[in-house]
Amino acid sequence: MADWEVVIGLEIHAQLATKSKIFSGSATAYGAPPNTQASLVDLAYPGVLPVLNADAVRMAVKFGLSIDADVARRSVFARKNYFYPDLPKGYQISQYELPVVKQGKLAVMLDDGTVKTIGVTRAHLEEDAGKSMHEGLAHASGIDLNRAGTPLLEIVSEPDMRSAKEAVAYMKKIHTLVRYLEICDGNMQEGSFRCDANVSVRPRGREKFGTRAEIKNLNSFRFVEKAINFEVSRQIDLLESGGTVVQETRLYDSDKDETRSMRSKEEANDYRYFPDPDLLPVHIDESFIEAVRATLPELPDAKAARFARDFGLSAYDAGVLSASRELGAYFEAVVAELGAAHAKLAANWVMGELSSGLNRDNLDIAVSRVSPAQLSGLLTRIVDQTISGKIAKEVFESMWSEGESADAIIDSKGLKQITDSGAIEGVIDAVIAANPKQLADYRGGKDKLFGFFVGQVMKATEGKANPAQLNELLKRKLGGGA
Amino acid sequence: MLHTLSIGELGRNLNSGQISSVELTRHFLARIERFNSALNALITLTAEQALAAAAAADAARAAGGQGPLLGIPLIHKDIFCTDGVRTSCGSRMLDNFIAPYDATVVAKLKTAGAVMLGKANMDEFAMGSSNETSYYGPVKNPWDRTKVPGGSSGGSAAATAARLAPFATGTDTGGSIRQPAALTGVTGVKPTYGRVSRYGMIAFASSLDQAGVFAQSAADAAIVLQAMAGFDPRDSTSIDAPVPNYPATLSAPLAGLKIGLLREFFDGLEARNAALIHEALKIYRSLGAETVEVSLPHLPLSVPTYYVVAPAECSSNLSRFDGVRFGYRCENPKDLLDLYTRSRGEGFGAEVKRRIMTGTYVLSAGYFDAYYLQAQKVRRLITDDFRAAFAQVDLLIGPTTPTPAFDIGAKINDPVTMYLNDIYTIGANLAGLPGLSLPCGFVDDLPMGLQLIGPHFSEAKLLNAAHLYQEATDWHRRSPHGYE
Repeated sequence: MADWEVVIGLEIHAQLATKSKIFSGSATAYGAPPNTQASLVDLAYPGVLPVLNADAVRMAVKFGLSIDADVARRSVFARKNYFYPDLPKGYQISQYELPVVKQGKLAVMLDDGTVKTIGVTRAHLEEDAGKSMHEGLAHASGIDLNRAGTPLLEIVSEPDMRSAKEAVAYMKKIHTLVRYLEICDGNMQEGSFRCDANVSVRPRGREKFGTRAEIKNLNSFRFVEKAINFEVSRQIDLLESGGTVVQETRLYDSDKDETRSMRSKEEANDYRYFPDPDLLPVHIDESFIEAVRATLPELPDAKAARFARDFGLSAYDAGVLSASRELGAYFEAVVAELGAAHAKLAANWVMGELSSGLNRDNLDIAVSRVSPAQLSGLLTRIVDQTISGKIAKEVFESMWSEGESADAIIDSKGLKQITDSGAIEGVIDAVIAANPKQLADYRGGKDKLFGFFVGQVMKATEGKANPAQLNELLKRKLGGGA
Repeated sequence: MLHTLSIGELGRNLNSGQISSVELTRHFLARIERFNSALNALITLTAEQALAAAAAADAARAAGGQGPLLGIPLIHKDIFCTDGVRTSCGSRMLDNFIAPYDATVVAKLKTAGAVMLGKANMDEFAMGSSNETSYYGPVKNPWDRTKVPGGSSGGSAAATAARLAPFATGTDTGGSIRQPAALTGVTGVKPTYGRVSRYGMIAFASSLDQAGVFAQSAADAAIVLQAMAGFDPRDSTSIDAPVPNYPATLSAPLAGLKIGLLREFFDGLEARNAALIHEALKIYRSLGAETVEVSLPHLPLSVPTYYVVAPAECSSNLSRFDGVRFGYRCENPKDLLDLYTRSRGEGFGAEVKRRIMTGTYVLSAGYFDAYYLQAQKVRRLITDDFRAAFAQVDLLIGPTTPTPAFDIGAKINDPVTMYLNDIYTIGANLAGLPGLSLPCGFVDDLPMGLQLIGPHFSEAKLLNAAHLYQEATDWHRRSPHGYE
C-alpha cells in the first residue's frame, strides 16, 4: 500500500457583520420573514444600480491587516454570470482578478502543540445569493431574497493543510480571528461562517498535486473533518484500485456521512467574468489603511503570548483563554482582582468550572451567571484559605444557581474552612479512636490507609478541615508520635 | 402657435399668465391625438396624470413657484422607469411592467415641475439604429413617413420633430440621441458619461449608456440638461462635480475657439453631406473660430470595438429578465429551464437575442482575451486619440450620420449595414465624451446633422457653440410639412 499525502485548501465564506447589504441599503439581520429585507436593488429590478457599502471594505481591510496581507490599493468587482432563481440579477458581483486582500498568512497551533503557518492566497468581497425553498410548497419552489446581497468575505487558503485535523485547526483559527475583529458573528448554524474544501491526495514525496475534488458548503467544524476524511478515503481507495480521481464538485451528506458528486468539470459553468461596469474600481489609500489599522484589537496570538509571558500560563492554557475576545477579557478581569500571582488558579477555574457551566446551560460568556467579580471573590477565599478548592466547587454551584456572592454562600451554609488546629486534632483523635483496626493496619505498613483517615476526618467536618493542616496533623497522630 | 415657441418663451407666457400649463398640456395632448397614430412615436399616453401635474404646476406658480421647466410638458423615452406607469423599454419582455419607482432623471424633471405627457417608442432595450426593433412597431419619420427616424431614441426624436412636446428625454449608448436627432432635424445632446444619473434607466451597456435630451434648440436643451445633470449617490458611475450654469454661457463669444475637423469622418463622406459641414465651418469661422484638421487614427475601429463591448455588457445586464420576478413569463413552464428559455425566447426580439448571443460569445472562456480584452484595449486607444486631439483643439466637428434617414425596412435584415450607421457617433460613447447633434441643412429634402464632440464635461461649450450657430442659421426652426 502506497504512502499517501493529503493536500487540502479551504475557501471560507465569512458573512460580514455590516448593518446593511453590500450593494443596497437593506438590513442584513437573520431570520426575518421571507423577502422582507429585499429592496428593489436586491430584487434586481430594471434600472437599479449597486452602490458599494464602505463598511464591507473596511472589514475586509481589517481582516487583511490581521493576517499580514497586502491590501490591494486598487481592487475590482466583476460579474460572475449564471442563471439561478435565487440570483436575481443573473450574475453575482464578486471580486475576481483583483481582490481587496492579497497574499497573507496565519499561524495555526496543531494538536501536538507544534505551530504551522498556513498561507492565505487572497480574500475577496462578494455578495451572497438568496435561498430557494422547496419545503412546504406543493409543485412550486419559493425564493427568499433576504440573504441576497449580504456581504461575504471569501478567504482562500493555499493548499497547505495535510490532514482534516489541520484543516479544522485552520478554520477554527480564522473563526476566532473574524470574531476578534468583530467583522463576522461566526454563527455557523445560520450560515454566517462556512467553507468549501478542496481535497486531493498524492504519493508522498511527489511534488505534483493530485486531481482535486471540491466539497461544497460545509457549515460545521465536525462536518469539515468528517467530509475531508471521507473524501480522502474515497480518493485513496479509488487510486489503489486502479481508478482515477476526476475533478468535480461534491456535496457532503451529513446523514450518510459521505460525499456525492454534484457536477464534473465538464459540466461546470462558464461564468463569463468581466469587470462590473456599474461599479468603479475600489481605491484604497494609506490613510484609510492606517485608520483601519488603528482599530485592530490585540489579536489572538499576541494575547496568548502575553498570557503565557505575564501570567506564566502554558501555551495550551494561553491558547484556550485567548480563543475568544470575551473569554480573554473575562479571564483578565478575574486576574485583575485576584493578582497575577494567582493567574494559574484563575485560568483553571475559567477553563474548568466556568466553561462547563456555560456549556451545560448553553450560555454565552457575556451573559454568564457568575461575573468575573463574583468568581474572583470566590477564588480570593481559596487563596486566603477560608475554603478549600473542593468546597469552592460547591460554593460555585450555588453561586451559579442562586446568583449570590461567594461570601454570602460560605456564611449561610457555614462552609468556612476549619483552620483551628485544636478542632482538627479533636476530630482526628475521635476518628482514630473509632477505627482501631485500620490504625493497627496502617501502623503495620498499609500506607494506603492514610487516605481512609483523611476521608473520615473530612466526612466528620463536612469537608471543611483545611487539607494541608489535616495532612500534617494526621501524619503526626498516626505515626503515634503525639 | 404654442408648439413653435421655445421653452424660454413658453416660460414667459406661463409667468405672465397668458397661458396656463393646463392649456399648454392640452395643446400638446391634442397634437399627440392628431399625429401619433401616423408616427407611432408614443407608446404610452399619460394624459390624466399630465393634466393633474399641469394643474399642480399652475397652482405652484400661482403660489409664487417658479423655474424654467415649471409646467412645461415633456415626453420620456420608455427606458426610464416612471413610478406607476408602464415602462416597457420597447420590449414584449416588459410590456406588463409597471415601474415601482422613478428614475433619477424622471424624479429631477418632476421636481423641476415638468409635465410628462407619455412615454416614447424606442428600439427594443435601446438596441437599434432605426426604431424598427421595437415590440410596438417602427416609429415613422415626420419628414417622410416611409423613412426611419433613427434609433434607438426614435420616438423621442420624432415627437420632438413633430412638436408633440417641447422636449423629450433620450439615451445614447452608441449614438441613440445624436443619430435620430440628425435624422429628424432636432437638437440632441448626449452628455459626458457620468454627468446624468443612470439610476432607473434600464441598462443596455452600462459603461456607454448616458441620458440626454432632444429639443428644438441648443438653448432649450441647455435648460433641460441643467435640470437633469448632477451627482446621484445611487449611481456609482455618476460624477460628483458641480454642474455649470448652461444657459448662462450660451452666448459667450467663440472668438479664438479652435475647432478640429475630424479627418476620419470625411473619408468617403458623400459630397452633399460634406458640403453641409463645410458650410457650417464657414459660419464658425465667421463667428471667430479657427478650424484645423485633426486625425484620430484609431477611430475607424469604433464600430467593431463597440459591437464587442456593448453586447458583452448587455448579455449580462439582460440576464435579470428571466420570467421569475417581473416582466414576461411564458405559459405553463414545465421546469426551470423551460421557464428561462421560453420566457426569454418569447419575450425578447431578434436584435436583442443577436446581441445577447454575441455578448455571451465574446465573454466565453477561450474567446474573452481575443474579443473582450482586445476591444477594451482598442477602446483605450480611441480614448487616447481623443485626448491627444483635445490637446490641440477645443471641439471636434463632423457629420452625425453618413446619410439622411433611410427607408423603413431597408437595413433591418442586414445588421452590419445597420451598425455602420453609428460610425460617427460611437467614438464619443467609447471615450465617455459629450456630443451634440444639431440640424445643418438638407439632403434629398431630409434633415442632416452636424455633430460637435468636446472633452469631458464640456457641455457648456458645446451648447454655446451650437447656440451661436443656431443664432446665425434657421435650420433648427424648420419643421416637417404638416406639423407646422
